[in-house]
Amino acid sequence: MGLELIGITVLWLFLFLYVIVGSIDYGAGVFNAHSILTNKQHILSKVIQRYLSPVWEVTNVFFVFFVVGIIGFFPDSAFYFGSILLIPASVSIILLALRGSYYAFESYGAKGHKGYAFMYGATGIFIPASLSVVLTISEGGFVSFENGVPVLDYTALLTSPLTWSIVVLSLVAVLYISSVFLTWYAHKTGDMEATALMRKYAIIWSVPLIVAAGGIIFELRNHNIDHFESIMQLWWMFAISFVLWALTLRLIWLKRHFGAAVWLMIFQFMFAFFGYGISHYPYLLYPHLTIYDGFTNEAMAISLIVVFILGMLLLLPSLYLLLRLFLFDKKYVKGKRE
Amino acid sequence: MFFDDPVLMSRLLTILTLSFHIFYATIGVGLPFMIIIFHWLGIKKNDLHYILMARRLAKGFVVTVAVGVVTGTAIGLQLALLWPNFMQLAGHIIALPLFMEVFAFFFEAIFLGIYLYTWDRFDNQKKHLLLLIPVAVGGALSAFFITVVNAFMNSPSGFELVNGELTNMNPLLAMLTVSMPTKVTHVLATAYMTVAFTLAAIAAFRLMKGSETSYYKKSLNVSMKIGFIFAIASAIIGDFSGKYLAEYQPEKLAAAEWHFETEERAPLILWGILGEDHEVKYGIEIPYALSILAHSDPNAEVIGLNEFPEEYQPPLIIHYFFDMMITIGMFMLALSFVFLVARWRNWSFVDKNGYRWLIVMGAPLSFLAIQAGWWMAEVGRQPWILRGIMTVDEAATTAAYVDVVFLGFVLLYLILGIGTIVVLRRMFRKRSIEEDLAYYSGGDERWA
Repeated sequence: MGLELIGITVLWLFLFLYVIVGSIDYGAGVFNAHSILTNKQHILSKVIQRYLSPVWEVTNVFFVFFVVGIIGFFPDSAFYFGSILLIPASVSIILLALRGSYYAFESYGAKGHKGYAFMYGATGIFIPASLSVVLTISEGGFVSFENGVPVLDYTALLTSPLTWSIVVLSLVAVLYISSVFLTWYAHKTGDMEATALMRKYAIIWSVPLIVAAGGIIFELRNHNIDHFESIMQLWWMFAISFVLWALTLRLIWLKRHFGAAVWLMIFQFMFAFFGYGISHYPYLLYPHLTIYDGFTNEAMAISLIVVFILGMLLLLPSLYLLLRLFLFDKKYVKGKRE
Repeated sequence: MFFDDPVLMSRLLTILTLSFHIFYATIGVGLPFMIIIFHWLGIKKNDLHYILMARRLAKGFVVTVAVGVVTGTAIGLQLALLWPNFMQLAGHIIALPLFMEVFAFFFEAIFLGIYLYTWDRFDNQKKHLLLLIPVAVGGALSAFFITVVNAFMNSPSGFELVNGELTNMNPLLAMLTVSMPTKVTHVLATAYMTVAFTLAAIAAFRLMKGSETSYYKKSLNVSMKIGFIFAIASAIIGDFSGKYLAEYQPEKLAAAEWHFETEERAPLILWGILGEDHEVKYGIEIPYALSILAHSDPNAEVIGLNEFPEEYQPPLIIHYFFDMMITIGMFMLALSFVFLVARWRNWSFVDKNGYRWLIVMGAPLSFLAIQAGWWMAEVGRQPWILRGIMTVDEAATTAAYVDVVFLGFVLLYLILGIGTIVVLRRMFRKRSIEEDLAYYSGGDERWA
């Protein structure tokens, strides 16, 4: 396995972790805003706050890790994506900033401020949408070169059905991941009402998820036939993902083993996410930039990997400690330790 | 048109983001250190006051960390969005410290979350204090690594330039550049100093308003002591920085000092206004001082700005930033020194309102000095983004709409800035120290 592959695998794994923890966070914001709108806030807000308060900043780091990592391992991607993403990425940063400040501002200053809670919910929809645009762009067809500098064709991007399919998928996935997770977490807190509500959401969003995912593969066939064909070669990964989805839904439906349902859901997304990633190989930006021509020099690659391993040795125990204290501590989860 | 120039707008947006972020970054580095000191004093002296200081500061810290994290994320992404050519080149050489910074940031985030939400879950306060050490270390390491990147931009090394091609890259040597030691230590020392003086200012202000006297007196005394120690450290490291500049970046020093002709026994000019033909008016001239600053020798020769081609000369405005930084630093050093001597000799004038107002002024002044120092360091390496290798014009994005993005961020920082102030005020007003003291000492065994 070459250094390039190690690099992109590590980064893809971190992006995947961000998709999971980020989705839980974004979805929670949406559900929270929705519950205010429908006067059900008393059911959800406690559960959501208890889970999110200690982890929101850590969520953010997964994203920064991916961005810094891709520039480190693939410096050319900074040139390509940096040049074309000014507007969509700036929108994401501004929304992320407003969102990130919410916890601190809300918990101490503007408690119960409805406008801010709605804004928080809205960012949960717009951030995944603006970030998923990068996935669309990397499929190729929206970037041309003027004087050796890549330029993004916004009209083509915004009128492409592929763009909107990916946006819809990202939104539905956020709501689904978040509701499956929060069903489990609410169940652990012993809050029957919140569990029932989140379970309902999980079931509601499960079908649109599969429809949207299927739609993208269909769109890709028209947009990027190479990518479509390599997806077809990896059909078994997507088939496993589908089976895991069905199993998750079955457990949720039968109100049994919510913890197992969360793991099945995570593995479902893992197969789909890695299936998508592997089929995109070797392109970072189709067809201009591959992981081979964008790779950093060998000395840097090796030192980055060494630092990554050392960092992980410190990071994994710390993350484990965080989870133990806030996710798996029975007393804390049930609200007996504040 | 002014707003259409992507290079200029990229520079303005970068200055805006960094200047805003530095407020929060400085607090992020300095405050956990102060919380450790208070928390530790509280355990050692078995004094509820110090524990409460740690506890109240930690609460406020959440707000500044939140904004620090999001503005830090902003600058991280803006580096690639506004300076794609620079990041492409620099990514090949300097990605290592950037990568390490993320890990440092990770630790800080994890342990801060744990520290903040576990105050009442540890029966043993010492164990809880231990959680704060990774927070402070993580904060200092982030500052360390990110300053390493900045040091590289000032004094690039760790690679070879052969016919315009970069070869033979050594990521470790790229971190260990000549400007790194002075830069890193100066950043850390001034951050600790600034936060200490800010806490002193809050205490002095509350004392004038007649709040809980012994609590704020303790806070004031400890903060002034720590501030004094780091003010001395900052001054000594500042002197080393001057010697570094004389040796490796003489054009920056010359521009900062308005030193045009190369000469021996060079005088130092304080303040003043630059007239036509490089004539300084109203300046205070200290003989030999620049030679001493640059080379520790009153007779030494200091290179003047005229030795450098005009297109590589830094803007002369940095003289004002330099003077601002130095003057404030010296003022704070003197202020804290007098305070400590007065405490020792039992002179009471430092407890009068006049002196307390000076201490209150110390907080905004220290932050102004931090800003001025960074403006001097950054504007002072114009026109380079990588000294001697790449200019800012070559590095900036060519994308349109940088002006629109700029306005978007102006709005964002306005919201975040006002939000921070409103929330912090509300938080500390809602529960005064008197109420907190009553709550924690009244029948609660945890603190007995």
